[in-house]
Amino acid sequence: MMKNAVSCRAVVVVRGEREVLHGVGFDLRAGTVTGLLGPSGCGKTTLIRAIVGLQANVTGDVSVLGLPAGAPKLRGRIGYVTQEPSVYGDLSVTENLRFFAAVLGVPTDDVDRVIDAVDLASHADARVDRLSGGQRSRASLAAALLGNPELLVLDEPTVGLDPVLRRDLWDLFHRLADAGATLLVSSHVMDEASRCDRLLLMRDGDLLADDTPQALLDSVGADDIEQAFLTLIDRKAGAR
Amino acid sequence: MTPRVTFAVAARVLAQLRRDHRTVAMLIVLPAVLVSLMWWMFKDSPNTFDRVGGPLLAVFPAIIMFVVTSVATLRERSTGTLSRLFTMPMAKLDFLLGYALAFALIAVVQAIVVVSIALYALDLDIQGASWQLGVVAVLDGVLGTALGLFASAFAATEFQAVQMMPAVMIPQILLCGLLLPRDQLPTVLHAVSDVLPLSYAVDAVVGVAQGNGFGSGAGVDALVVTAFILAALALGAATLKRRTA
Repeated sequence: MMKNAVSCRAVVVVRGEREVLHGVGFDLRAGTVTGLLGPSGCGKTTLIRAIVGLQANVTGDVSVLGLPAGAPKLRGRIGYVTQEPSVYGDLSVTENLRFFAAVLGVPTDDVDRVIDAVDLASHADARVDRLSGGQRSRASLAAALLGNPELLVLDEPTVGLDPVLRRDLWDLFHRLADAGATLLVSSHVMDEASRCDRLLLMRDGDLLADDTPQALLDSVGADDIEQAFLTLIDRKAGAR
Repeated sequence: MTPRVTFAVAARVLAQLRRDHRTVAMLIVLPAVLVSLMWWMFKDSPNTFDRVGGPLLAVFPAIIMFVVTSVATLRERSTGTLSRLFTMPMAKLDFLLGYALAFALIAVVQAIVVVSIALYALDLDIQGASWQLGVVAVLDGVLGTALGLFASAFAATEFQAVQMMPAVMIPQILLCGLLLPRDQLPTVLHAVSDVLPLSYAVDAVVGVAQGNGFGSGAGVDALVVTAFILAALALGAATLKRRTA
């Protein structure tokens, strides 16, 4: 059995003239929920796009489920949720999911399962552009759950959701991990950190920390992740 | 390429079009309205209408399909659905062929309407078989679709995509033989028109109208149009990038 679902070594990404990631390296252990935290613009989305194989100009080594990122054999084994809800606004939730199920080649009854998983059964036949922002992003998440992918890469899936729903989704993420899936969940909300098995803290294209939430707090003597984040930044500035 | 995926894309595009009555109305009714307008303009010189009416059956469907499809893949890029699809087992050609199939179906309806109106309501006088005129009109609609998808793969934004219409289509309209028979063009422009797809689309219609059916010249022209359609789709697929900056 494979231990690491994702392995990154010295990953550098250049966008235009600018280097966005400056040599990032980490492993995601199979069956865990890892939080990718950092302020907006720190390179989270670029890193995610490198992992799902959609980012151009990537150097270094990105290995996903034992294959190089973007390998044709990985298509369908990764569930990817982009930051904006990537579903068709003029179709209903069910129509959207039936379409993605057909592209994936998974049975249509999987559609009902994922609608229930994100708690959208009451809006299954509503056009997506008539839904609220939170419902729309849940529809997008449902599409990523189709076919039980081994790796789920979710770019800010809980933005704008109410606290109850956020808790439910984090419970869902852990159930999926318990069933063997690996999840990478990005967020710029630091208070989601405690819900993760492991944390990757990013700033300005560098990884500041790669640890469990508790070990991270202990190592810097902080009470919350936000404070730990600030301490790490100060330390780094001091070391320069 | 997987037929399952191609047909899934086509079915989805049609489902979206079914919700969008205004676009469907524009695709199906507009060519007929424009041809009727030309007929009205030339009401007092029916010979002129007989000369330009045929080529218009090629030009209008191609332009209208081009405009609609040139923003299609851009829309999927900006909403993120294309990114999602690219992480799924979908070939780039599945995506473009799916769109082409869906719009080909629209082109069939469009051709039936515009050819019926031209022949039976506006008394367009042709020597050849009306079904051949219909087939050529469908091909020309699909040509516009394929060129639109190709242009769409090139443009980075919807803003750029709309600019493709004057850049790609207007030169072809000027040189395709509609305004001036191609053999009367200056040598260089004639050579240029020889490599433009719309020239063959118009030649095919004119051929059928003059009674040179598929057995003679028009058949070859129709095949050339088909080749352009396939080439535009293949090039569009090659231009579409999974990995973007």
